[in-house]
Amino acid sequence: MYHTYLIKYGEIGIKGNNRHVFEDALVKRIKEALTPVDGEFNITKERGRIYVHCEGDWDPDETVEALQHVFGIVGICPVEVCPADSYESLRDGMLAYVKNEHPGSDETFKVKVRRPNKDFPMKSPDVEAELGHDILENFPAMTVDVHHPQILFDVEIRDVAYIYSKIIPGPGGMPVGTNGRAMLCLSGGIDSPVAGYMIAKRGVTIDAVYFHAPPYTSERARQKVVDLARIVSRYSGPIRLHVVNFTDIQLYIYDQCPHEELTIIMRRYMMRIAEHFAKEDNDLGIITGESIGQVASQTMQSLLCTNAVCTLPVYRPLIGFDKEEIVRISKKIGTFETSILPYEDCCTIFVAKHPVTRPILSVIERSETHLTEKIDQMVEEAISTTETILVQ
Amino acid sequence: MYFTMKVCYNGATMSEIYFDNSSTTKPSKAVLEVVEKTMTEDYGNPSSMHKKGMDAEAYLKNARRAIADTLKADPSEIYFTSGGTESNNWALIGTALANQRQGRKILTTQMEHPAVAEPCAFLEKLGFEVGKIPVDENGTLDLETLEKMLTDDVILVSTMYVNNEIGAVVPVEKVAKMVHSACPHAFYHVDAIQAYGKYRIRPARVGIDMLSVSGHKLHGPKGTGFLYVKNGVKMNPLIYGGGQNGGMRSGTENVPGIAGLGIAAREAYTDFDAKIDHLYDLKEHMIKGLMSIDDVVVHGMPGREGAPHIVNASFLGVGSEVLLHTLESHDIYVSAGSACSTHKRSGSPTLTAIHAPQEEMASSVRFSFCENNTVEEVDETIRVLREELPRLRRYRAH
Repeated sequence: MYHTYLIKYGEIGIKGNNRHVFEDALVKRIKEALTPVDGEFNITKERGRIYVHCEGDWDPDETVEALQHVFGIVGICPVEVCPADSYESLRDGMLAYVKNEHPGSDETFKVKVRRPNKDFPMKSPDVEAELGHDILENFPAMTVDVHHPQILFDVEIRDVAYIYSKIIPGPGGMPVGTNGRAMLCLSGGIDSPVAGYMIAKRGVTIDAVYFHAPPYTSERARQKVVDLARIVSRYSGPIRLHVVNFTDIQLYIYDQCPHEELTIIMRRYMMRIAEHFAKEDNDLGIITGESIGQVASQTMQSLLCTNAVCTLPVYRPLIGFDKEEIVRISKKIGTFETSILPYEDCCTIFVAKHPVTRPILSVIERSETHLTEKIDQMVEEAISTTETILVQ
Repeated sequence: MYFTMKVCYNGATMSEIYFDNSSTTKPSKAVLEVVEKTMTEDYGNPSSMHKKGMDAEAYLKNARRAIADTLKADPSEIYFTSGGTESNNWALIGTALANQRQGRKILTTQMEHPAVAEPCAFLEKLGFEVGKIPVDENGTLDLETLEKMLTDDVILVSTMYVNNEIGAVVPVEKVAKMVHSACPHAFYHVDAIQAYGKYRIRPARVGIDMLSVSGHKLHGPKGTGFLYVKNGVKMNPLIYGGGQNGGMRSGTENVPGIAGLGIAAREAYTDFDAKIDHLYDLKEHMIKGLMSIDDVVVHGMPGREGAPHIVNASFLGVGSEVLLHTLESHDIYVSAGSACSTHKRSGSPTLTAIHAPQEEMASSVRFSFCENNTVEEVDETIRVLREELPRLRRYRAH
């Protein structure tokens, strides 16, 4: 069994002078991800590499699964660590590794050696040749193929030597906390948790806002949103979730405005309230799960109308995605099964049979003048009665 | 805020109104006490040889006897289970498997609870044939069709006693007679989960071979129930193991639950007639109040033909769940459809069986009472409905 994982990270290796900021953030995220995992973990950072050393009674599957939730990790390699004092130590480590990791193999292989530790007495090509020779001798079923090997043994000779041949894919992206924060509009559907995941993947810390409308939406619908936020938080870290009671505003719009414009006007007020909390939380943008043309409120014209009320940038990572592509990601990140639980959400309850699909901003703004009497007070009321919970 | 504190006419606040007793009931004080005692003092395993075991076994014996007394049955005919669903599953699957050489046909009704309908679907997959007896718009069983369905190869007939959604009552005595005269080899199972404690049931005299009961519908603990199995009924166990209950239902007995169930059963039949009269009063009062509101349709059988504790009504133009949450904001608790199936969007099995129009199905709410409910609570509920319905009907999708 391997007691060490080599963590490969891609993009953050090229961040120049900021590199240590990203590496430190990644180490911190790895530590957080491993906190609930059985066992003790020692994370070390040396010359462009991060290692996770495992001690005590630890479960490899659980450990790898936790690491696969850390943005910034491109690959997780279980490595054999052996002393780098002599060729013999290296050879013994290699033979033990092959025996454990590729038992009975008849595949082709290649050995690739890197030697940052120039004190090691042999040169890399010589070590490659010798190790290849010893593997062939001890595992006669295996053959060498230096052009297209089925197994590539990587050997890195540092203060100690690291041997690995497998790379378990990580989620990629950048460590959360390295790119500011943004406010996610979370609805309980399939799209918004995926949108949050995608922005968090670029290193952004996530806050979230949910609009509920009792008695039209139930406590269970609210719980579902909390559950979704919790799944996303496994990737993004803790999420501050604002639960806004939207019923009164919704009913007031219903009373005062043309019915086919209800959804657009409602969404404009949601964006206004989302922006209020975004500014309060020092967020640098708003995230939605919108995708062009998916529903009436997501046509180019509708997006223009909802966008018009925001001063912060609105990020829509799914804008060019088809539903199937979004579903695929939501299954991958584990939000799908929760998203499809059949609870009413507040966008659909009063939806008109024929909502406007090409709203004109000036017309919508004119309709909103019918709300002047009470709406500011209602928005204030909604903001002041908002419940904020920390989901983790 | 949308939610407002509930204030009565006299300005005083009223505590919660629980009208969801067909979903579950609040355990009684005596039940709580015995559950606590069997978890703190008499916590032994009834199979143990020592005194602690004997003490625990005494609770089982007492409960078995108490329950048998309510049915005028022999204690050896009572088998404890984890609840109504297990009792139904066992009665259907256990009997079907043990008697398949006699025939492979099972009859049930169109308005069964999923705890009967689903085991039947499972048996269908095993190759059994399942026939469903139709019901009319009140939930009355079509006995003429049943007569024709009772062919030689029928081995098992299963009907509910009281329908869980609309309180319709099945004439079990008539059905039993028909089954036994047409098919001498067939067994008759009754799902009495909504009926036990509301009707005096005499299985042996009536001709019921198996009877399912759930503890938490009669102020007992959840996870308890029993199956009455008439001596001589051939059936297989579903759960194998250490041989408890004569090998018919293995597993260390749930002593606290069973002790609580025994107390609950005895209490259910104490002051029985007065309680039933009270429930019918509540029902009548409720229906009267509902009829005074516009566009309300009450489902099920009128007066004493239907069960005493269930009133099901559709409030046209209002979604069931919206009305449910509105009442909830007034601390009034009811059901929309059958509580076990609220997570499914499919229509209710009973309302589908009685051919209720889509509009009535989408707006149906069940009020179910227990003897502790009061006429004042009914009045308050009617008052809240009158207050809230106009607004709920104004805001709707169109």
